[in-house]
Amino acid sequence: MSKIKIDNISLSFGPKRVLKNVSFSIQPHQIVALIGPSGCGKSTLLRCINRLHDDNDDAKVDGTIFLDGKDIYGPQVNVNTIRRRIGMVFQKPNPFPKSIEKNIAYGLKINGTRDKQVIRAKVEESLKDAFLWEEVHDKLSESALALSGGQQQRLCIARTIAIAPEVILMDEPTSALDPIATQKIEDLILKLKKAYTIIIVTHNMQQARRIADKIAMLYLGDLVEYTDTEQFFEHPAHELAQKYVSGEFG
Amino acid sequence: MKKRIQFAVGLAFILLCTMLSLSALGVILFDIFAKGITHLTTEFIFGFPKNGMTEGGIFPAIIGTTFVTLITAIFSIPLGVASAVYLNEYAGNTWLTRLIRTSIRNLAGVPSIVYGLFGVALFVQAFQMGTSLLASGMTLGLMSLPYIITATEEALKTVPKGIKEGSTALGATKFETILLVILPVALPGIITGIILALSRAAGETAPILFTGVFFYQRYLPTSVFDEFMALPYHLFILSTQHHDIEGVRPLAYSTALLLLILVFALNLVAFYIRARYRQQT
Repeated sequence: MSKIKIDNISLSFGPKRVLKNVSFSIQPHQIVALIGPSGCGKSTLLRCINRLHDDNDDAKVDGTIFLDGKDIYGPQVNVNTIRRRIGMVFQKPNPFPKSIEKNIAYGLKINGTRDKQVIRAKVEESLKDAFLWEEVHDKLSESALALSGGQQQRLCIARTIAIAPEVILMDEPTSALDPIATQKIEDLILKLKKAYTIIIVTHNMQQARRIADKIAMLYLGDLVEYTDTEQFFEHPAHELAQKYVSGEFG
Repeated sequence: MKKRIQFAVGLAFILLCTMLSLSALGVILFDIFAKGITHLTTEFIFGFPKNGMTEGGIFPAIIGTTFVTLITAIFSIPLGVASAVYLNEYAGNTWLTRLIRTSIRNLAGVPSIVYGLFGVALFVQAFQMGTSLLASGMTLGLMSLPYIITATEEALKTVPKGIKEGSTALGATKFETILLVILPVALPGIITGIILALSRAAGETAPILFTGVFFYQRYLPTSVFDEFMALPYHLFILSTQHHDIEGVRPLAYSTALLLLILVFALNLVAFYIRARYRQQT
């Protein structure tokens, strides 16, 4: 069964239609890259998957999304539970202005973990999983804002995986980072694949090719192509995808 | 060449304006300090007024001002911060909320004597609190609310959207996000606003004039329903209403100095809290 099934999602901000009847399914433990030119609706689609548009009164969402076959937009669904199961890493690293340890402990606490030793252990575990432990283990009580951009982003990933989500959404997680930090994040994403299903928005075609199992290309709110990465770059079916891959527009 | 002359003239003008306003402030401060320091003894601070306030100290006024400011704080801080959180985080952007915001900003411009008279009508009479610490404190609280709400709203607006979304994306409810992420980040700004509003309230005379302040008391207030003495009103009496204004002038100067020190101390606390929070984040 597919982990995430996007079923006929349309979204408009006021009179402007940003997504038009997008449907596709994502298998567990796959990395799917959402690509397409600026303004095509990639980030908007990503934010539909953890219902981050809920607080925006202008946004109107039609269609639905299934997580393990359950409708996440259903009437009985607790949106906070959905967001705990579907974590998100943002484009700009957004650590809380608290200590490194508290950044990770925060998500654990609001999700009901009270035991200090458990929290301590999970902080260490998630920092190790995010390959940040070596760099920060001796300054856990220092402010997260003192870290470099790449370290901050890995802290945000650690914060996300600390509460053990099933799916991780990533919105251009490396666009604000230098090549070395980007490399580290990419390695991390590939390792996370074993435990999580990952949907990543990226502008970087090489990045999509390096890490993704499948590519979903959006153009002006339409899903123009959804196929295996190899297939997408070697034999894109759609004319727009061919042009995009060959760099004729972007 | 012409540009350089324009620049020089402009700079000279700005410097002159700065010097003028600064020196006016300096003269006032120096005058009060020089004339007030002579009488600022422990007996003056911890003593009661004697001989029709021509001798003795102003301890009841210090206690009165402290208590009335405390009641103001207890009343206005929760109400003001909660209102600002509601307006900024929950209320939509409709004509009604815009009207409310405009009204709050306009309330900050209402003369304090109007608050005083309103306090008489509402707290002293309608709520039957009588002229008391409680009525005065709540009147000052009403007066402080617009400042606290506005300052809190401004502080909340500076919290980056990314941090809020980061908390939301971890499964935090809106309330948890506000309580555990947004408010701590905005706290230095909120506290500064609160202390500025309170130090202003501590120095006000008009709102307490009809609601509970008393010009002379030989005992300290023992409950919130007692009348009280207050520094600004004491100063007002000594400077304009006393039968021997010239005779008590040194006492008036010392009272003014003490009021200034009190307000300055409050601002120092605000400064300290900001500095401490800046270190943490």
